[in-house]
Amino acid sequence: MVNLDDYVARIEGTCGKDKDVIVTFKYDKKDEAMKKILDKSAVKKSIARIVFELTFKDFSFRLYGSGKAIFRDLKDKDELNALLSELLS
Amino acid sequence: MLDPYKIREDFPILKRRINNHQLIYFDNAATSQKPRQVIDAIKDFYENHNANVHRAVHTLSQEASELYEDAHEEVAKFIDAKGMEEVVFVRGTTEAINLVAYAWGLRSLKKDDEVIVSLMEHHSNIVPWEILSKINGFRIKYIDINNDGTLDYESFEKAISKKTKIVCVSHVSNVTGIVNDIKKVAKIAHEYDALTLVDGAQSVPHLPVNVKELDADFVAFSGHKMLGPTGIGVLYGKREILEKMDPFHGGGEMIREVSFDPKTKRCSITWNVLPWKFEAGTPNVSGGVGLMEAVRYLKRIGMENVRAHEEMLTKYAMPRMQECCRRIRIYGTKDTSIKCGIIPFGVDDLSSHDIALFLDNYGIMVRSGFHCAQPLHEAFKLTSSARASFYIYNTREEIDRFTEVLKEIEQL
Repeated sequence: MVNLDDYVARIEGTCGKDKDVIVTFKYDKKDEAMKKILDKSAVKKSIARIVFELTFKDFSFRLYGSGKAIFRDLKDKDELNALLSELLS
Repeated sequence: MLDPYKIREDFPILKRRINNHQLIYFDNAATSQKPRQVIDAIKDFYENHNANVHRAVHTLSQEASELYEDAHEEVAKFIDAKGMEEVVFVRGTTEAINLVAYAWGLRSLKKDDEVIVSLMEHHSNIVPWEILSKINGFRIKYIDINNDGTLDYESFEKAISKKTKIVCVSHVSNVTGIVNDIKKVAKIAHEYDALTLVDGAQSVPHLPVNVKELDADFVAFSGHKMLGPTGIGVLYGKREILEKMDPFHGGGEMIREVSFDPKTKRCSITWNVLPWKFEAGTPNVSGGVGLMEAVRYLKRIGMENVRAHEEMLTKYAMPRMQECCRRIRIYGTKDTSIKCGIIPFGVDDLSSHDIALFLDNYGIMVRSGFHCAQPLHEAFKLTSSARASFYIYNTREEIDRFTEVLKEIEQL
């Protein structure tokens, strides 16, 4: 079982009508986190390896080279945690 | 005109690289960066003059008190107030507005009274009035905005009546950068014996602001948006109005005397003079010192030059943004003569947060979301917006880089 605290520096709900969630990975773990996520997800589109549009199961999200990911349409924090645990395991 | 390249040398943070790119800071409407002079003034205060202010006879306290009072004087001159009695230091714009709401509104507003607030306000000029109206039962009337984001002055003139006790409006919108005609608003308000509270958070740092000319009764602004430190802000109030108001917070510093009467077994209290009556407790002295240095820095540049520089950048940026990306939308008026250096924008089929994250990859900092102005976004039928906002250290080259990166966003 992966410990999310090892990879995740910050989870922040965005401001706006759409309740997106931004996950920032720890700086020293971001490359490892990104590799794991890219290995597990299907890449729909990639721009110069800076932005990746990804799908994993029924979820689509974007991963940025800066070590941040934006998730949308998630039910709650538990669903996000479950998703991150699968992606980072 | 000011020289942004020379100015940049004073801002250590602008040398930073983020995500392997040179930092481009376009989030100035949220907070400005700080010049070396402000950082050094705060450091010097703590290294050489730190003491609690007022009511002490020792040298350090006198030095600290003098610096803190000088800071009030410097701000008073900067906005052309009559004197430091009209300048109350607070934590920021939000606290300044709450001070007016509670110290004036709580006692003055009655059930049948009305308060006018514009729909373009930051939440800090909406929420305190909504909270208070639930306590006192007065009615809040909102002024509409036009399709281009400008204030609907007709709606204002229709809304105001003899029941109106205060009109609360921002000088410059923190979303669109539109400059409201405060002189006109204050003149109309005064014809109805209503007061005017101006949110100056986005105007005082960017335009020459003369409170006598505006004739507003209160003007609130923050130090951190005008090169100063966080945690220090200003409530300007006309002396005769502040004199009549009771204090906001109670404690030390804001009283002249607290005397226990053994007969009544109560304390009788007399308030301190202005502005201290509104500054309870040990104040943010280093914040005041930092703000004073920030004001001196801006005065050396000249606020007319600040305004001209931002107007030039906004004029330069808007057509380039529209040319670089077919899907880009700039919200609100494009008339730079009535707006400051704030550009709210969106890209079709992308959330504002995706735009901000994309730009962040290239070291470009812009804000995304509601910018604490949800009613304005609802009026524009927007779920959120991205916002680029400029200041004295921004350059045309930075805008070129910004538009170059925006061009790539079209691939998303």
